[in-house]
Formats: sequence, C-alpha cells, structure tokens
Amino acid sequence: MPLRTKLEARSLTKSLAAAAAAACLVATAACGSKAGEETAAVESCVDTSGDTVKVGSLNSLSGTMAISETTVRDSIALAVKEINAAGGVQGKTIEIVAEDGASEPTVFAEKAEKLIREDCVAAVFGGWTSASRKAMLPVFEDNDSLLYYPVQYEGLEASENIFYTGATTNQQIIPALDYLAETGVESIYLVGSDYVFPRTANAIINAYAEAHGIEVLGEDYVTLGSTEFSTIVTQVKSAGADAVFNTLNGDSNVAFFREYANVGLTAEEMPVMSVSIAEEEVGGIGVENIEGQLAAWNYYQTVDSPANGSFVEAFKAEYGADRVTSDPMEAAYTSVYLWAATVEKAGSFAVADVQEAADGVSFDAPEGTVVIDGDNHHVSKTARIGEINADGLLYTVWESEGPIEPDPFLEGYDWAADLAVTE
Amino acid sequence: MDLLVGQLFTGLSTGSILLLAALGLSLTFGQMGVVNMAHGEFIMAGCYTAYVVQQVVGDAGASLLIALPVGFAVGGAMGLVLETVLIRRLYHRPLDTLLVTFGVGLILQQVARDVFGAPAVNVSVPEALRGGVDLLGVTVPKTRLFIMALAVLAVTAVSLVLRFTPAGRRIRAVVGNRDLAETAGISSRRVDAGPFFIGSGLAGVAGVALTLIGSTSPTTGQSYLVDAFLVVVAGGLGRIKGAVVAAVALGALQAVFETYSTASLAKVGVFIVIVVFLQLRPQGLFTLRTRSLA
Repeated sequence: MPLRTKLEARSLTKSLAAAAAAACLVATAACGSKAGEETAAVESCVDTSGDTVKVGSLNSLSGTMAISETTVRDSIALAVKEINAAGGVQGKTIEIVAEDGASEPTVFAEKAEKLIREDCVAAVFGGWTSASRKAMLPVFEDNDSLLYYPVQYEGLEASENIFYTGATTNQQIIPALDYLAETGVESIYLVGSDYVFPRTANAIINAYAEAHGIEVLGEDYVTLGSTEFSTIVTQVKSAGADAVFNTLNGDSNVAFFREYANVGLTAEEMPVMSVSIAEEEVGGIGVENIEGQLAAWNYYQTVDSPANGSFVEAFKAEYGADRVTSDPMEAAYTSVYLWAATVEKAGSFAVADVQEAADGVSFDAPEGTVVIDGDNHHVSKTARIGEINADGLLYTVWESEGPIEPDPFLEGYDWAADLAVTE
Repeated sequence: MDLLVGQLFTGLSTGSILLLAALGLSLTFGQMGVVNMAHGEFIMAGCYTAYVVQQVVGDAGASLLIALPVGFAVGGAMGLVLETVLIRRLYHRPLDTLLVTFGVGLILQQVARDVFGAPAVNVSVPEALRGGVDLLGVTVPKTRLFIMALAVLAVTAVSLVLRFTPAGRRIRAVVGNRDLAETAGISSRRVDAGPFFIGSGLAGVAGVALTLIGSTSPTTGQSYLVDAFLVVVAGGLGRIKGAVVAAVALGALQAVFETYSTASLAKVGVFIVIVVFLQLRPQGLFTLRTRSLA
C-alpha cells in the first residue's frame, strides 16, 4: 500500500499536489483521532530509572526535504554530544533514537507515534515543513508527549505539546517588512511557492502593506519544485516594484534567481528579500546569481558572539570545515539545550513538569539569549536582515533592538486583527 | 507588443525545455512502449555529469561543451544497462516495468544523495551565456537561446539517424511491425537496445543543458518527468514530430495562461486542455500508421 500511494503521488499531476497535500492532512488527522481513542489507556512509558534517557530525532533523511533536514539532524546530534560531555541531563546520558520522516507528513506522524510508544523517548526534536508539523501535532497531543520544532513558520498555532524554537511571523516577516519600509520601499512584488507558508505569509504582508501605504504590485505562486520562471520574472520586471518579497522554497529558488539575473535585474535596482534562503542554499543557487540580495532570519553563521564562535567551531570540527551553519540548524541546536535546561529546572523528565517549568527558561544561544514564553511555547528571538556576500555567507545589515517577544497570533498588531480568524 | 513578443518567446523557450526533456522519452516510451519512470533520474544524471565535468575542467564554457557528449554517454550507458538487466525481461508486462523503473529511479536518487550530498550543487553558467540579449524590445536570456538551439539540433540529429542510417531503419521496422521485421532477419532484441541507448542519452544531454536554468539536486529529474510524459502522450506515441508540436504548443499554452492568471492556475489550465484534447483525440496529435495487427 505505501508503494501504491507513492506511485500515485508520483504520477499525479503537479497541479494536484496541493489537493494531495490536503488529502494527506485529512488522512493524518483521521489517524490522530484514532490514536486519541486509545489514549486513555496509554501511560507514559519513559524509563528514567537507568543511567540514560532517550530522545527522538525525527528528520527527513530521504525525499525532497532531505536537503534541509539532514543538516538539522547533525546539529541536534552535536548538541546532545556536548550536553553528554558536560555531564548529561539530571546526571543521565542522552541517547538519540533517530528516525527518517521521508519528507512525507504521514510518515512523520507514524514515526512520531513509534518514538513515543515503542522507544519511549522523553522528547522529540525535528520536523521541518508545516505539513509535517500539522501531521505530528495530534500525535503529540493525544500521547501527551513533547515536540521541539526548530523552523521558522507561518504562526497562528500554539500547542501545549510543541515548543517552537524557530521564528514566528512577528520575529521574521514583520521585521523584514519594517526594514524594507525603512529603506524607502513603496511598492513590492510577491513571489512564493504554492503551499501554506507562503500563502499565510503573503496574507500578512498584504495586510501590513495596506496599513503602511506600500503598494503590492503583484502576487504569484508556483507549484513546489517548479523551475519555469520566464513569465513571472518578465512580469516582475515590467511591474517595476521597489523590491521583491520571495517566499519560494527549495529548488525553485535556483531557477528563479538565475532567471532574475539573466534578464538583467540586480540587487541594487530591485532587491529580493527572501525568507527561505540560508547559508546552505546559497551554494546551490550559485553566489554569482544572488550576491547582494537580502534574507530575513534570526541567525547567520557570521553572527559575532562568543556562543556562536564556539558553536561554529564545534560544528566544523565535527562535520568538516566546508560545512556551514544556518538558522534552522541553530534553532535545533538551541532547542536541545532549552529542553535540557527545562528538565534541570523542573528536576523531572515528566511532560507535565517540563511544561510547567518552561516559562522563563533561557539559553545563551549562538543567536543571542533566547527565553521560552510559557504561554505560547515560542521563544523570544532577535530579528536580523542579512545580505549575501561573495563568500556565500550572509552578513547582518540590520538587527532588532534586542530579542522580540513571540506573538504567533499577531495580537499586538492592529492591522493584523482580521488575519488570526482565517486559520 | 512587448508583452506579446515576450510571451511568444517564453512559449518557445518553455517548449524547447519540455522538448529536450521529452525527446528521449518519445523514443523509449513513444516508440518502444516502455514506461520508464527512471527517465527523470537519467536527466538528473546528466545534471551531475555537468557538475563533475566542471569540477574537473574548471572553465565553465569548455566544460559545458565537453559535458554535452559525456552526458549523452553517461545517460546512454545507464539506459543500456537498465534495458539489458531489467527491462528486456519485462516487455509485455507494462505494470511491472513501471514499478521496477520507479524503484530504479528511487535508487538512483539515493545514490546521488550519497555521492554528492543532499543539498543542491551549483553548476556555473559560462560567461558567454550570462545575461540576455534584446530582441524586439524584450530581454531574452542567452541560456534560453542556447537551449532552444540545442533542442533544434537534437531533434534534427534524431530524425536523421532514424531516417538515414541502417540502425535507424531497423528501429523503424521493429516499431512498425515487430513480427514482420523479425521475419526479414532483424534481431528485434538487439534493435530494442538502440532506441533505449539514444533515448536515455538524450535525457543526459537534457540534464546537462538544464543545469543552465535550474537546480542540480537528487530530485531534479522528478520535476521534468510528468511534463515529459504529457508531451509524449499529447503528441502521439511513436512520432518525434508529435513531440515537437506538442512541446511547443504546451509551452505556449502555459505562457499565455500564466500571463492572464497565476503560474499554478496556468498549470491547471494546461492540464484541462490536455484532458479535453485526449478525450477528443485519444491517439494524440499524430499517429503512427502501421500494418501491424497488434
């Protein structure tokens, strides 16, 4: 059966991909509710009597998302290794149980269930796409277990059983817009991949633009993985906006930036602000095609802090000097430390104790000090706008004054009042 | 006017990319009737060939010219191995062929991931092909002009080989009527390997060329596979001419729809047109007239 499902997915036309994704979500939601019926009988099987404690690392090691998620797996392993070297958590050595999410939301849900029920892990670290997170959410809620999710995402979510250590929209997209507005941008063009994150992000951008007098000259979506940008780039060029806001994901960025450079558009003339391009992606796009363009994140390899210095050094020592560190990797690394710190504070591995102790737990992360917000389970983060340099790294050109408190439902922004309702 | 010229060019350019990806398939699927789901991975192999050659040679311009024939050889060799080891044993079992080649595709993706790593790699575009030229008031990227020229060249070469060489005549004979060709003393088994070699080789060439505009990652091939099958089906099985017309038509349709709606809606539009078209004309644009009873 899994083979058949894959075949169908493969032979499905690309335009049906969105429908397929929706079907996956429905399917996993169904799985989730089925699991829910059994929860009453399920007791946590986490065994903390020995010298070790198990945690899960759940990332796509195969399929289209492996590009990004294998890097997160590496930084999780590094954090665990460091914590163990420093004496472990509550005196216990952390043991990683790694699973492959295979870039399929349904597999993520299955593996999460396996990690919780069979491996009896105390917490799970991982997930990347929103679809994978949404698929795992009911599993963690029904089994009352913990997931640490390390990637920036579209916000509008807060689960008791998930800690979000990547940026929510007010820590990435809104600062990026603030920056553009500050530099005198009066019109923008939106280009994105056709799935939940870009669509939600662009809804926020449209609301922001309306409230701040910025004109949105166009909004285009391509199917995930599409490499045909001839028409879109022509339209972007003839629209003549002051800047482009890019929410494309994955391989599409390569084709987009090559086409963009080829028709003669430059970073000086029409800068592109990207929210999914980090150090890892620059190499694949080719620095010559993207030099001078902007990105919005919370962390760059070049961030100047002692904590980051030792993180980058340790990472390169472990995995090779040619490797780079990126925002999601840093957030994943930080998430392991945050979990360990919370457990120490709670004096217990039990989920309820960790949840209760979480508020105010902080860690001196490579990106700067981050603090867990006990109400929405997000963390405070410093927003940074980076410029891509010829060496393939991103350098901070602007950063927020101190960490920004997480506001996943954008309750602190008047112009966003209508947005939260859409979810 | 600008928009019209621009879209006309976009249509042609998109069409030539489709054609390049589909040309090999029109031989293996169209002529041989083999549903090769690993065709996309042969394209991907071509992309990585371009990458490796560039790492070795260094100069982007020279390495592109070297990579084109090398890509053909790599793709062709992979096709030949696949045909000899697996597909040959599975003729007349289309469903099994589909499953097996799909599996081979997955294996090849994983091999690429293990050898080159999961992140996309960068193949530099030669200095001479960077930027664009102004044609009738529209900026046309040089890489796309190159791909159009290459597509024309590839189609011409394949047509000439099929029409004028003894091997090409044998291939046409077997495609036209296998039994009759065998009675005439042609070993159809041996001939089967020919189109597979050329078709897979063309996938390799397409891969080399597509590094100019797209990304090179283990999953690159998949984004071209569905479109390539569409072109072959809409064009009519067994006809190179059909693939050419269908590729350009689909490219133009996509460009026009995209101008008046969004990229993803344009894709839907193109699919609807194809579905309606195949309802009216299930055999595709052009058909191969044969005297075969099968």
